Amino acid sequence: MAYFLELLLNGALTGLMYSLVALGFVLIYKSAGVPNLAQGALVMTAAYVVWIFTSYGLPLWLAVLLGAVAMFALGLLVERFLLRRMVGQPVIMVVMLTLGIEILLRGLVPGILGAAPKPLNAGIGLSPVIIGDVFLNRAYIVGGVVALLLIGASLLFFRTRLGTKMRAVSDDHLASWAVGLSVERAIGLSWGIAGIAAVGAGTLWGAVQGVDWTLSALLFPAIAVVILGGVDSIAGVLLGGLLVGILGSVVPGYLDSYVGGSTRDVVTSLIILLTIMIRPYGIFGREDIERI
Amino acid sequence: MFYRQSGVYHTRYAADRALWPIPADRWQVLALAALALAAPLLVSSLYLGSYLMPWMIWTAAALSLSLLMGLAGQLHFGFAAVMAMGAYTSVHLVRAGVPFELALLGAGLFAAVIGTVFGAAALRVKGLYLVMATLAMQYLVDWVIVNVPAISGGAQATLRTPQVRFLGLPIQDLTSRYYLALGWTLLVTLFFLNVKRTSFGRALIAIRDKDFAAAVIGVDPFRYKLLAFMTSSFLGGVTGAVLAFCYYRAVTPEQFSFNVSIQLVAMVLVGGLGSAVGGYLGAGFVLIVPIVLTNLIATLGASQWIDISQNMMAHLPLIFYGAMIIGFLLWEPLGLAKIYDNTRKYFLVWPFRHSRS
Repeated sequence: MAYFLELLLNGALTGLMYSLVALGFVLIYKSAGVPNLAQGALVMTAAYVVWIFTSYGLPLWLAVLLGAVAMFALGLLVERFLLRRMVGQPVIMVVMLTLGIEILLRGLVPGILGAAPKPLNAGIGLSPVIIGDVFLNRAYIVGGVVALLLIGASLLFFRTRLGTKMRAVSDDHLASWAVGLSVERAIGLSWGIAGIAAVGAGTLWGAVQGVDWTLSALLFPAIAVVILGGVDSIAGVLLGGLLVGILGSVVPGYLDSYVGGSTRDVVTSLIILLTIMIRPYGIFGREDIERI
Repeated sequence: MFYRQSGVYHTRYAADRALWPIPADRWQVLALAALALAAPLLVSSLYLGSYLMPWMIWTAAALSLSLLMGLAGQLHFGFAAVMAMGAYTSVHLVRAGVPFELALLGAGLFAAVIGTVFGAAALRVKGLYLVMATLAMQYLVDWVIVNVPAISGGAQATLRTPQVRFLGLPIQDLTSRYYLALGWTLLVTLFFLNVKRTSFGRALIAIRDKDFAAAVIGVDPFRYKLLAFMTSSFLGGVTGAVLAFCYYRAVTPEQFSFNVSIQLVAMVLVGGLGSAVGGYLGAGFVLIVPIVLTNLIATLGASQWIDISQNMMAHLPLIFYGAMIIGFLLWEPLGLAKIYDNTRKYFLVWPFRHSRS
């Protein structure tokens, strides 16, 4: 029972950290309708950026702050110079473009800064937290709490004036244009905010597993999260993240010893496939995707 | 003499609908085919084995994928998994004593069945969701291959391909393997060129352009999408088997990883969606350009022209790769096939500026 609880809680906390990666994806999909396959690479880049600042001896909070500024700028640049030129192109072109950005970043950033894993000390400490019989990873607890806070903050953000504008744009580009909202600016802003979300995810995951290119592989669980939760829903990110995290921790915890390991990817794949077959718009998503 | 359309007046529909209506094009195709046939005599075995043959096989793979992505408009991010199924099926069939010809067929059929099953699951949705479903298929197939020792021969294992004979000829030395690969690629090319002229191909194009409009004029989208998945997976499966037997001569799961799927999509996009010429150009470009550029930069680095670290060198192919995809999407979304087409059209009327019509 303690084993199950341990898997459950650690899985839930990991899941919250997946949600943080997925948050950037949803922000961009919501406003621009672009499935951003480069979100994993953005998370990796953000982790490298934070690592650079800390390696100059800056305290972590300052490094994260500067990293957020840098990634906000990177998000804006990517949108302005790459994605905006693809407006009106078929979705395959846009998907491939974000995939190209993903590959480019995955080559460029570790190529310049070194491929060997780099430690990112978030000052969390390594000893596990013990509650009763349950061992919890301290980094996961911090990660889960920060993820909750950031997702809550983005929910609140959508209640502000700027957030309302962005919701309007995500609802209908043409109508927003007609009432004088700048669609380009809102979409650019969503890329910037996705960059900031990437800093959160990159710092936490970098602290957990070190900074190297494997951070970009977080894209896959993040995609399962958004598909399960609904690709345009922030609340869905939270629930989807919890489910993907828990299933991805409990199932391998019991099955790995029988089938020879790494069932986590299988669970993630099955979540994606089953969601698409049963309820393609996800738990909270809007029911407007086309079916043939 | 230079005006290549001179004297071409079609009087019958058959002549007008020929694959290459202009004699100059026919001569060009014939000359290229002759060159490909004579290649073992013309180039050294190094170039034949490590450039020409992989180019041919990857072209067949790119054309198979282009049938699905270019003609039917369905995205597929797990095509390497389809090829893996073909490769492993053929190896196991041959090991079980099935003749190689039948094993190739079996590889295609198995890949077609599994590919269609995943296609059917994914076909209720499109766009982003199709990408994700095929991505999930890639991960599942990879996992099954790695974790079922009966298939892979154990994790991290390499399964050597056995000795085979094709139509009584031993497929052993480089030349015979090259001819087998070339034969398969030419077959796929002919199929690809002709499928566009059949009702099947036109139905696929109708679905690609607007699926409910196609449904209105009586083309059942679900059925034709499934058929597209099936045909494409069949060709991909056989290509995987040819790749395993002719080029790698051993199968490991890493040969068909997710990165290979991306490479295939890049070949189709860089070459030009739904174009046979594009398949050849895209496969060649994606295979050779990173090698050439990396070698160039390595030479420059060795001669002290530029300072470049070992670590950077290792990541250069990835960088070229991403830059290539982004560059083509931004500046020439129709790919190398469009560039070729523009050049061809220019020389078609050269030295004049405009053509007749």
